Amino acid sequence: MSTAERAPAPVVPLYTPAQIPAGAPSKIDPPSGEDLITINFGPNHPSTHGVLRLIVTLDGEVVVGLDADIGYVHTGFEKNFEQKTYWKGIPFAPRMDYVAFFANELAYVGAVERLIGIEVPPRAQWIRTLFAELNRIHSHLIYLGTSGVELGAISLFFYCLRERDTVLDLFEMVTGVRMHDRYPQFGGVFEDLPKGFYAEARKFCKEMPKRIDEYLDLVEGNAIWRDRYRGIGTIDADTAIAMGLSGPNLRASGVPYDLRRVDPYLVYDQLQFDVITGENGDAFDRLMCRTKEMYESVKLIEQCLDSIPDGPVMADDRRYVLPPRNELHTSMESLIHHFKLVTEGFRPPAGELYYAVESPRGEFGCYLVSDGSPKPWRIHFRAPSFVSLQVTAMMAHRRYIADLIAIVGSLDGVMGEADR
Amino acid sequence: MNAAELAEALERAVPGAVVAHADGIDMPTLTVTGEHLLAVCRELRDAHGRNFLSAVSAVDNLGYGEAVAGYYGTERGRDINLTGSWGAPVTAELPSTRFKVVYHLARVGDGPPDRVRVQVLLEDGDSVPSVVGVWPTADWHEREQYDLMGIEFTGHPNLRRLIMPSDWAGHPLRKDYPIGGEPVQFTDDV
Repeated sequence: MSTAERAPAPVVPLYTPAQIPAGAPSKIDPPSGEDLITINFGPNHPSTHGVLRLIVTLDGEVVVGLDADIGYVHTGFEKNFEQKTYWKGIPFAPRMDYVAFFANELAYVGAVERLIGIEVPPRAQWIRTLFAELNRIHSHLIYLGTSGVELGAISLFFYCLRERDTVLDLFEMVTGVRMHDRYPQFGGVFEDLPKGFYAEARKFCKEMPKRIDEYLDLVEGNAIWRDRYRGIGTIDADTAIAMGLSGPNLRASGVPYDLRRVDPYLVYDQLQFDVITGENGDAFDRLMCRTKEMYESVKLIEQCLDSIPDGPVMADDRRYVLPPRNELHTSMESLIHHFKLVTEGFRPPAGELYYAVESPRGEFGCYLVSDGSPKPWRIHFRAPSFVSLQVTAMMAHRRYIADLIAIVGSLDGVMGEADR
Repeated sequence: MNAAELAEALERAVPGAVVAHADGIDMPTLTVTGEHLLAVCRELRDAHGRNFLSAVSAVDNLGYGEAVAGYYGTERGRDINLTGSWGAPVTAELPSTRFKVVYHLARVGDGPPDRVRVQVLLEDGDSVPSVVGVWPTADWHEREQYDLMGIEFTGHPNLRRLIMPSDWAGHPLRKDYPIGGEPVQFTDDV
């Protein structure tokens, strides 16, 4: 049967919830047919948020088969962690999800702190919370900008990067670098906030809600954006939970599950914020959830600025904590501690634990097994991007190929984290 | 519900499944037999509300207690990493099997996650039933562990390498996988 005689595959109506395929849940097996074409999306396609390869079978313009292939930026993070002492793992952690770098550090540092049972001073907890929220804004801005680029809207990208720069300026002010800061450490944070940080941060908090208003004007009321995003990639709450979605991807389906709220870490139990949820679980809701979450993050940052207590920013436990830099010049003991911690590392108790934080992408977990030696015996990261990319196939099934781009974008996957 | 209560409830539903339980540093930990794994997982999901599979992890215990974490020396050496050269001995309880597969479960809803860890102990070459039928999200998790650790998940609908190239030899996260000096495995015919 030639193409002309054959009716093209029907497209599923908008708002149809994705169904888990009968075979492998993350793969749609293409039907047999001689006029179907199978094409490679990626690994270097500009709209795949990194190096994601999708093997797509098309019937005309409609996706009828999809298999995702990941691993193109696999760099063996977990194996590498096993070769490094615990301290040397800290600068390594943020390289996984290079957009939500601070959340990765928090998960790793938090897991080790829980293992060694070190008490983190309150001021350090508040500072960490502040930066976790700044990082959330950073990540959501990148998401918002790039999702616009995928629909062909370039201007929002520049607006988002402008604000992202302000966030990174704040990071630079405190940590000295713009990304991958190695700021949280076992027992606290590297250094106290510098002079002038509060003023700059407050200026940012004052400015940012207006900017988010602008983005919402650009997105929410934009007819093209609504037409392109609404109703596609719909997933209902039960399917989303079964597929392991977390973070904004899950909350867009109406499940108010946010680790900051249900399993508070740092000082989130002392802060007021709303958990933003969507209704339909479609790409538009995911976009809206993330955008509106930025308002909440600004609120959280303001509360942190208001109530950061005074005090030390590092625990004083020289078994695990690097001595302050200035002591190295005057104290022989500090120099020895420093030398021992840097060369040999510390020995945590043997044991295993799982520690999860709410990264901008969802539940970022760190499963740590210690055998009592100075290096982790096994470390495994639960990467939310890795999990959420599994639903690409079921969401894109029998949608147009243009929707596939929007769906992949709306899931906000970062391949560095998915491949690790 | 602590580990003992959970183990007791599971013992009533699936007799003989839970062989050990501990409260753990962070969450109740249940060690179950491979043959009962699916029944235990279904019971935890349906009767105990653990509807969310956070992660599937596999641990290789080759050399645990003998070598420093991260490397089990082959004849190529790295003696400097042997425990003795680092001073203090390892105090951990030695694991009884080479591998274990660990499932982290949670309850997703309004309340706290009430996490539970379920683990299955395996020897090299043993397989473990796939939980894709219980939590579809296990698909890639299990493929990842199959790929990097070489654990066979029986009943998985699509058990292929996920992270490494499909023609890769060996499983990199195993402790006997060489760390340096191995020839680079790349083929020209992609």
